[in-house]
Amino acid sequence: MEKRITHNDGTDGIDRRGMLQCMAWVGTGLLWTMNGGILTSRAFGDEDDDKKMGAFSFAQISDSHIGFAKEPNKDVTATLKLAIERINASKAAPSLLLHTGDLTHLSKPGEFDTVAEVLKSAKVGKSFFVPGEHDVFTDDAKQYLERYGKGTHGTGYHSFDYAGVHFIGLVNVMNLKAGGLGVLGAEQLEWLKKDLEGLSASTPIVVFAHVPLWIVYERWGWGTEDGAQALALLKRFGSVSVLNGHIHQVMQKVEGNITFHSARSTAFPQPEPGKAESPGPMKTVAAEKLKSMLGLTSVNFTAKTGLLAIVDSTLE
Amino acid sequence: MKPIRLAILFVAALAAKAVILTSCADYTSPRPGGGGAQNPVEKPDDRVHAAAASDTAKSDGVQVRIDNFTFTPQTLTVAPGTKVTWINHDDVPHTVKSTEKKFLSKTLDTDDTFSFTFTDAGTYEYFCTVHNHMTGKIIVK
Repeated sequence: MEKRITHNDGTDGIDRRGMLQCMAWVGTGLLWTMNGGILTSRAFGDEDDDKKMGAFSFAQISDSHIGFAKEPNKDVTATLKLAIERINASKAAPSLLLHTGDLTHLSKPGEFDTVAEVLKSAKVGKSFFVPGEHDVFTDDAKQYLERYGKGTHGTGYHSFDYAGVHFIGLVNVMNLKAGGLGVLGAEQLEWLKKDLEGLSASTPIVVFAHVPLWIVYERWGWGTEDGAQALALLKRFGSVSVLNGHIHQVMQKVEGNITFHSARSTAFPQPEPGKAESPGPMKTVAAEKLKSMLGLTSVNFTAKTGLLAIVDSTLE
Repeated sequence: MKPIRLAILFVAALAAKAVILTSCADYTSPRPGGGGAQNPVEKPDDRVHAAAASDTAKSDGVQVRIDNFTFTPQTLTVAPGTKVTWINHDDVPHTVKSTEKKFLSKTLDTDDTFSFTFTDAGTYEYFCTVHNHMTGKIIVK
């Protein structure tokens, strides 16, 4: 540090100019951080810092099934509230919240109302949704689109950008065919193609959809028929993360630059593929064990490396 | 006819009826432990049935059970004019939708039923709109 005291009139070791210069360093409250191997600085209290630096976090919850009231969970609203409490307790508030579908159990208006009510208390920037089959099957998505269709296309698909990351919400639970799996459809795939067209291959991509885009277990309908077509369009990108729900358990797969990840439900667990007669709720889970099988996902993003760290946590 | 021979014939007839009654009960009763009270669709006294293995049945009504995300029997053959009733024994809702849009149930929660009377001959494929991998077929002939 250069000599600050140049005029020592009062013989107390401090002069006005030097004092002001020193205070400038203290007052701005500079914080030095290492981010992706680059030393950068920012001032305290600047909310856009994380965004500018390209480091942020978002939360994913899934399969809240509001309206379900059987074993092993007679109060799915309570467990959804618990998941929101966990999000609110995190050190840094997530910038975004993604809900990957089956918000409700029977797509009833009251059920949608409860979801909206509970999510009001979530300390997150903004929430985004994609529907599950339970949200659309009774009324062809009428209720769902009334509430969450604004700004979306077709059956509710949409995309947005945040801090340099391109998020794409896909809908694979509409126009389901007998004996088939989840389906995206030609119209949505055409839209996806156009949506990705202008993006550079280094743009980090996050795709979120209800039914897994990869075939997890065909026998139980756990997969998307034309998912491969979407994945072909995403192949050229350096970092693609596909976040799904529907199967009520954590499953992960990596294929080249694409990481597939499914989240736990906040309502009830489902068995592992083939480990039970059907994919229904696991009825015999002991009450004290239930919360350890429900959960949420937190995703931390670092711009420089383009990596997403996906962290699953349970409700207990 | 001698009384003893008549008695033997009578007992034999009773035994035969008991056998028929038992096999009818096996065919029409709901599975043990199934949710909710469910009366057998057909009264055993009313008619003589083929052996329990056959899926062919006369009018009045037959059942398709929904258990473990499966329609049972998956393929059911009935005569024209038969009323088919689906009943959901699962803890999740299901629906019954004809692929040709000939019939569609409301949402069936546990123990809910849906009935449809098949008047015309033909093959009717259907599936569950929530779990579209679940399929079934009704053959009317």
